Amino acid sequence: MSKKSYRQAINEALRQEMRRDPRVVLIGEDVAGGRGGSAGNNESWGGVLGVTKGLYTEFGPDRVLDTPISEASYIGAAAGAAATGLRPVAELMFVDFIGSCLDQVMNQMAKFRYMFGGKARTPLVIRTMYGAGFSAAAQHSQALYPLFTHIPGLKVVVPSSPYEAKGLLIEAIRDDDPVIFFENKVMYDDEEEVPDEMYSIPFGEANLTREGGDVTLIAIGRMVKLANEAADRLKAEGIGCTVIDPRTTSPLDTATILECVAETGRVVIVDESSPRCGMAADLSALIAEEAFADLKAPIRRVMPPHTPVPFASTLESLYVPDVNRIISAVRSVAPQTAERVA
Amino acid sequence: MSTLQINRDVMARSYRAMRTIRDFEERLHIEFATGEIPGFVHLYCGEEASGVGVCANLTDNDTIASTHRGHGHCIAKGVDVGAMMAEIYGRKSGICGGKGGSMHIADLSRGMLGANGIVGGGPPLICGAALSHKLLKDGGVAVAFYGDGASNEGTTLESLNLASVWHLPAVFVVEDNGYGEATAASYAVAGTQKARAAGFGMEYFECDGTDFFDVYEVAGKAIERARRGEGPSMVHVHLSRWYGHFEGDSMSYRKSEDVAAERRDRDCLVKFRNRTTEAGLFTADELDSVDQAVRDEIELSVRNAKAAPMPEAPDLLSDVYVSY
Amino acid sequence: MADTITPIVMPKFGLAMTEGKLAFWSVDDGDTLKVGDEIADIETSKITNAYESPVDGVLRRKVAAAGDTLRVGALIGVVAPADVSDADIDSFIETFQSTAVVEDDEGAVATVTEPTQIDIGGQSIRVLDLHGPDGVPVLLIHGFGGDLNGWLFTQPPLAVERRAISFDLPGHGGSDKTVEDGSKEALAKVALGVLDALGVDKAHLVGHSLGGGVAIAAAAAAPERVASLSLIAPAGLGSEINGDFITTMAEATRTRDIEAGLRPLFADPGLVSRDMVQDMQRFKRIDGVTAALRAIAAANFPDGHQADLTRSRLEELSAPVQIIWGEADAVVPVAQSADLPDRIAVHVLAGAGHMPQMEQTAAVNKLLIAFLAAH
Repeated sequence: MSKKSYRQAINEALRQEMRRDPRVVLIGEDVAGGRGGSAGNNESWGGVLGVTKGLYTEFGPDRVLDTPISEASYIGAAAGAAATGLRPVAELMFVDFIGSCLDQVMNQMAKFRYMFGGKARTPLVIRTMYGAGFSAAAQHSQALYPLFTHIPGLKVVVPSSPYEAKGLLIEAIRDDDPVIFFENKVMYDDEEEVPDEMYSIPFGEANLTREGGDVTLIAIGRMVKLANEAADRLKAEGIGCTVIDPRTTSPLDTATILECVAETGRVVIVDESSPRCGMAADLSALIAEEAFADLKAPIRRVMPPHTPVPFASTLESLYVPDVNRIISAVRSVAPQTAERVA
Repeated sequence: MSTLQINRDVMARSYRAMRTIRDFEERLHIEFATGEIPGFVHLYCGEEASGVGVCANLTDNDTIASTHRGHGHCIAKGVDVGAMMAEIYGRKSGICGGKGGSMHIADLSRGMLGANGIVGGGPPLICGAALSHKLLKDGGVAVAFYGDGASNEGTTLESLNLASVWHLPAVFVVEDNGYGEATAASYAVAGTQKARAAGFGMEYFECDGTDFFDVYEVAGKAIERARRGEGPSMVHVHLSRWYGHFEGDSMSYRKSEDVAAERRDRDCLVKFRNRTTEAGLFTADELDSVDQAVRDEIELSVRNAKAAPMPEAPDLLSDVYVSY
Repeated sequence: MADTITPIVMPKFGLAMTEGKLAFWSVDDGDTLKVGDEIADIETSKITNAYESPVDGVLRRKVAAAGDTLRVGALIGVVAPADVSDADIDSFIETFQSTAVVEDDEGAVATVTEPTQIDIGGQSIRVLDLHGPDGVPVLLIHGFGGDLNGWLFTQPPLAVERRAISFDLPGHGGSDKTVEDGSKEALAKVALGVLDALGVDKAHLVGHSLGGGVAIAAAAAAPERVASLSLIAPAGLGSEINGDFITTMAEATRTRDIEAGLRPLFADPGLVSRDMVQDMQRFKRIDGVTAALRAIAAANFPDGHQADLTRSRLEELSAPVQIIWGEADAVVPVAQSADLPDRIAVHVLAGAGHMPQMEQTAAVNKLLIAFLAAH
């Protein structure tokens, strides 16, 4: 056990799983970086943000495969390889690039098992970066996990911390279905205690990162961190919040969400993805349909506006949900002082 | 002209496969018109020698990816005909439990990675299958079938590049029947397939897709190259489809005498029969008895399919995931 | 004079606590303390608890200040009789602090001896070896699903008198997760292996629950190496056991199931904190843990009962034995302490469940210190 960054936790999960299972291979653009360059340095990058650093050196060119900038071919190749005996981990550098290869995800890997009458297994992981906060603008900042959550046959993981990232990635690699694994690019340097051993966190099991009796906060990915901070500050003013990190949007732990809603009757959903047809809308529908009688206040959603992600830092900071907006939303639905259970 | 130095068993199996495809498709053409078969059906009649000639060089250890016009590839790769027919009828006893249908017939145990409803869907998958064969060192080769239409898809062109970059044991078989849906290749395909192969540094072969022996020999060279670790290649197969893009297509974009001439002069089954009987390899009686056996098999497959139960409500929800 | 000086260390509230904040001192330098007097409030991320004095004496020195965050086991103060000289107190503190100095996040300096990994027959076993004065060392053996951190209230006070060693059984904590057949004999072999590896010929054994059964098996296998046995709610004395507890420990993965499963450990179920549950859950997620716990459960607690009963082996031992049991033990019934030979002292503690060393720390430590000193 030692402090590890989100980046190190992911790297360690990949390394340990590649040591454990020779069928696990990395595929992606510049996952090593430098092949064919005049410097002769075949691992000059280790991923565009250094997440896969050192893996080429340890496992060599047959296990760490740099690709041309050619998402449709290599994401599709990952699907074909998974259906025929390998367990690929493909990197789609930024999830925004899904536009170049969605067919291979949506129509191929996601549907093999069902279309083929349950006879296919497609054990692959697509690791991909998401999220605003780096002034990376409209084509490198989206939080597109709802797009994948919408597609039956895919599992969708959005880890909220280094501990979560390692355990969920190991689970993803061992899973026999296609898994889309969302890494928030702003979190790579976040640190916490992460076991050195291999461990796995099951999918579809939400994590309660805070417990309080007044308001239920549901947050996804990096938003969990902000929701925790909001919950800690609200506790000081006597409002107790439960924070739910669903961990996976598909499968979704509806039971835990509904249990918590039944306890508090007040819900704030914090989501970094676009508001229309997004996770917050999906969760709101779930709660409205299944827990209407438990609700004591309207469901509140803290989300970006329905715009592309802007470039200028002033605009971007207005775009992404922040702690103050979460706190305001919670206050707007929190019970009167006398009724609080904290 | 290719020689007839082919194992007699391979020839016999191949003739039977071609005949099975022909009868399977002709029967579907009739049955589809009755309205009993749901969805889309794309027939492979006229192209039989291509799928069979290529797959006669393969075993269950090799992988193919097919197209929306996939019945022929499935039969050539050894997928069970009765289970295919039941699938096309949407029955629970179908090869995919009635959940795939004509465009998604697959049998991974036979190295058949699926027909594919998406034009250009297969070539990237075949890069992956070839990667598996290469890294798992199982000696297998992966073959992508695709049409002249799919040859214009970005996925196909990216896959030609990736296969060359990764030096994969892959073969890209362009089944060039001259039409992508209703638009002719002469309009839609710029340059040539040969130049495209050269553009990706890839070996190029071509053959007559109505001549089993030519396809068998030419594809065999490409496949053996791949098997020896010499990298990917393209096999350009010239052929013609006898029916429309899908059943119900009246082919108003094609002169009817063109199709009639194809059927009259370039029938792969007739060619095979003439050559092998003239060479004394098979008697007409022997081939006739294969034809009869196939007729019986197709008749049985249709009868069984029609009698088989439909999938039921619980099947709707099963097999979306291995576990969820 | 060291034997009259008692270190007051950052306590461990719950299995998961790794550090705590000294919220405030409830006493001042020079105050006279009795066992059970509240001396400080300790905050963790989840709970705040009054910390009670484990000994009688005078608070001679506050080593930590209010607001300091310290690792569990770090020295926060020193209690000693009034007649102990300041120089002795200084030298005691210097000796205590002489092990690894770790700077934690908040910049506070904490003193801890870190556990190390040692090789026992090809298995990596995590050991915490606290060096005390000369004398017969003591080896602490934890129970099913626990680890050496369960002795954090116990080990430092014992280390004042003698070398005190704790370790993680195979399948537990930081040790390898392979357990052979999971039997008490196999685990006892590892316990004796720890003594071999650390060059200890003879030791007092303190075992809790399954660890008690392991201690009996070790004493039966190598009687010449065991100076005495202190068994806390030991396994193996009767067939009854809380089968649900065993099943939950081996099988539960979800937070609420683990929480429910841990409650029977304590007379006061409020002691089951979020951290404790999370720590157990994180432990159980590690590769090999579930298989190890299943194997141990199958060997020792099949079908909701105890197998491999060791009562007769215990009765045949010549080494001195004492037994400590929580009156409210909901895992292994205290009734199993009955009908033992008279030479075995049995102490039943009120206000304690299956973990008296955590719920009645001072009383258990007192019994252990006295018993070890006498043998």
